[in-house]
Amino acid sequence: MFAYYLDLALRSLKRNKVLTALMVLAIAVGIGASMTTLTVMHLLSGDPLPGRSQHIFYPQVDASPAGYAKGGPLDMLDYRSAVDLWSAHRADRQALLAGSDVKVRAPDARVPPLMVPMLATTSDFFAMFKVPFRYGSAWTAADAASRARVAVISSNLNDRLFGGADSVGKTLRLKDSDVRIVGVMDAWRPSPLFYDVRAGRFAEGQTSSFYDKPEDVFMPFFSGLEVNDGNFWQFTCWGNVATPGHLQDAPCVWVGLWVQLDSAAKVADYRAFIAHYAQQQKALGRFATTQTRMPSLMQWLVFNHVVPSDVKLQTWLAFAFLAICLFNMIGLLLAKFLRRSSEIGVRRALGASRGAIFAQCLVEAGMVGVVGGIGGWLLTLLGLWLVRRQPVEYADLAHLDIGMLGLTFALAVVASLMAGFLPALRASRVAPALQLKTL
Amino acid sequence: MDILPILSTLRRHKLTAWLLILEIALTCAIVCNAVFLIGQRLERMDMPSGVAEHELLQIQVADMVAPANPYARVAEDMAVLRQVPGVISVASSNQVPFGSSSSNSNIRLDPAQVRWTLSATTYFGENLPKTLGTRLVSGRDLESSDFVDVDVAMKALGTGDAKHLPSVILITQTLAERLWPGQNPLGHIIYLAPTVGLRVVGVLDSLVRPNAYDISKAQYTTIVPLRMGANKDQSYLIRCRPEDRAHVLDAALAALKKVDPQRVVTTRRSFDEVRRKFFQDDRAMAGMLVGVIAALLIVTALGIVGLASFWVAQRRRTIGVRRALGATRRNILNYFQTENFLLATIGIALGMALAYAINLFLMLHYELPRLPAIYFPVGAIALWLIGQLAVLGPALRAAAVPPVVATRSV
Repeated sequence: MFAYYLDLALRSLKRNKVLTALMVLAIAVGIGASMTTLTVMHLLSGDPLPGRSQHIFYPQVDASPAGYAKGGPLDMLDYRSAVDLWSAHRADRQALLAGSDVKVRAPDARVPPLMVPMLATTSDFFAMFKVPFRYGSAWTAADAASRARVAVISSNLNDRLFGGADSVGKTLRLKDSDVRIVGVMDAWRPSPLFYDVRAGRFAEGQTSSFYDKPEDVFMPFFSGLEVNDGNFWQFTCWGNVATPGHLQDAPCVWVGLWVQLDSAAKVADYRAFIAHYAQQQKALGRFATTQTRMPSLMQWLVFNHVVPSDVKLQTWLAFAFLAICLFNMIGLLLAKFLRRSSEIGVRRALGASRGAIFAQCLVEAGMVGVVGGIGGWLLTLLGLWLVRRQPVEYADLAHLDIGMLGLTFALAVVASLMAGFLPALRASRVAPALQLKTL
Repeated sequence: MDILPILSTLRRHKLTAWLLILEIALTCAIVCNAVFLIGQRLERMDMPSGVAEHELLQIQVADMVAPANPYARVAEDMAVLRQVPGVISVASSNQVPFGSSSSNSNIRLDPAQVRWTLSATTYFGENLPKTLGTRLVSGRDLESSDFVDVDVAMKALGTGDAKHLPSVILITQTLAERLWPGQNPLGHIIYLAPTVGLRVVGVLDSLVRPNAYDISKAQYTTIVPLRMGANKDQSYLIRCRPEDRAHVLDAALAALKKVDPQRVVTTRRSFDEVRRKFFQDDRAMAGMLVGVIAALLIVTALGIVGLASFWVAQRRRTIGVRRALGATRRNILNYFQTENFLLATIGIALGMALAYAINLFLMLHYELPRLPAIYFPVGAIALWLIGQLAVLGPALRAAAVPPVVATRSV
């Protein structure tokens, strides 16, 4: 029966090619626009650490003077609090991080010196965030303890300096120090670059920089601070900085602490631990407030409004656009079905039930949806190609995955069936007697 | 033109008529808001900088081998750059207008204030107002005796030694008016830190901040007489005639390389590029909105063509009867045009209300201002025009129906 309906639909669609083409075009354009923005939205609002993010937390305490930080602690930690919390080792894994730009030269490579971003962090970073390695591995806790001059580099930097060859054991000159490469990361592109997300609530929706690539050089926290001393970035300061870029004893927040807590009990314990730490520091007179905060990874991303407001606006716009395309299609389908009132009248007179007519019309709408879905898929590919050409940090992420591809077709068919519902209902109510009379 | 017969016909096609009205309303609402958003972006992209934009170049170098005396290095670089043919003026600066990366200070009017009054950007560097081409409205420019080396000032901050701190500051008119409304700002003191009070000696006409994201705070700008060292990621700003820019840039880079062949050029661009880069997101968004508006209007026009063709086909016999009874081709044409005009008008009226609702939603979620009334007629005229254009084809086909149709198969 279904095959027969398909055949009928095909004949009917062929009869008025212009109207059919208009409908297919309308649905394809609507689907193309909404799937392009939906794909970007999906990429930007996704979980950067699927399956693990619920165990990752970002604890914060507040060392700033009273009245300085409003509405909770500042987004990063001062050096002393960060090192105190880290060295207590109360979490399953913990990583300190501090950012800077570093001058890099590879004595073995004939490439001019580069300025690249560097992250000084502790060894748990790689295991906690499941960083993939192409060559070598992370440094060991012993390396970190002995303040060894070692580094992990990104695959991108490895390509630029060593043409993608195994560079483990080679030497890099970072600022004025020689550093041995112990590991080369494989391609790793968390979206967003969650561990560097901060201050999003002050960004006025301009948050596309959160989708930047990971740093190119990773060094053990304490030896990294020595090697690139004088270049570290502060988040904010409430007093005078004696030596800019050397912030260990400055009245500034500039260090991030990420912890992994594998059970709810441990999360509760850690919250109690930082609350206790804040009270103790206030008793010592170092803290003015005892406010703390410990969002989970996903809570922290939401708190920072990571999805750029332009992207959200585009998504709304695309769906309004799809709605207009659907209205358009309802009108065209109505015109198409009612034009065939006489044919429907004959079929009813020959014994087709209202349900059968309704089903036939819906099959026809669905067929438009499938063809429109193919067009929509092609237009989505075109749209994503356009997004990749945009000068935004997340441009290279814009690709269609299998799930979104399936969604494209599902959306096209569902949308056209919805659009077909009302016209099909109208067509099935055609009075056969009246139509036969005027034949 | 008789409207009543048209209305009574439309009453028999309620569903299709409402579909068309709703489509027009939705399109109208979105077009109004999209045009408004484009206007917003264009207004942002037009934000004045207060500097001679077409005459400026920015160069940033990183020294791989730290110079023995970073201040002497900057003085040497600036002297070398001044010698480059075509160069009118040279400045060193910690930041550039619209350059994104910025240095900001929390400004207090009283050293005892816990919470600062506002956050303003602080330009450091020599020869800035003259090179940037920003006009002094009152007071004086910074003089070489005002300047202090950044490192000396930083050390003095630590020790609380006021002698080695700068003592004066330049601010913009906008900032002066915000801090001391209606007063002469010259002589007032601004505190960048509780121990650092700077006397306002000059007022600048206009100078935009590097991080001008919020247009209302874009002119909260100060210039502090601090001399930059070569190890501070500072920029050299060069002013020359617009037509000389390309070769001055090349010659300037060659001159800087000659001072130290090992150094790496990290930034080299004209100010036009700085502006283009700063507003690239706005430009992309405006371009996308133009595309959306065009696509929407086309889709709506196609919808009108489709439905009008259907109606013409459905009413072929009626048209034939009217023609046989004496209606002219023009009457038939006018009939369909008026019908479309009526539908479009109802749609536009609904669309206006919807546009207002969408604007309220955007105001709530995206901090956009209220939609000015001027944007409503834009959407209305666009849709009336599109409607009339789209209906013209089917209406002409209707007018071409011969009266003889009336005699057939009735």
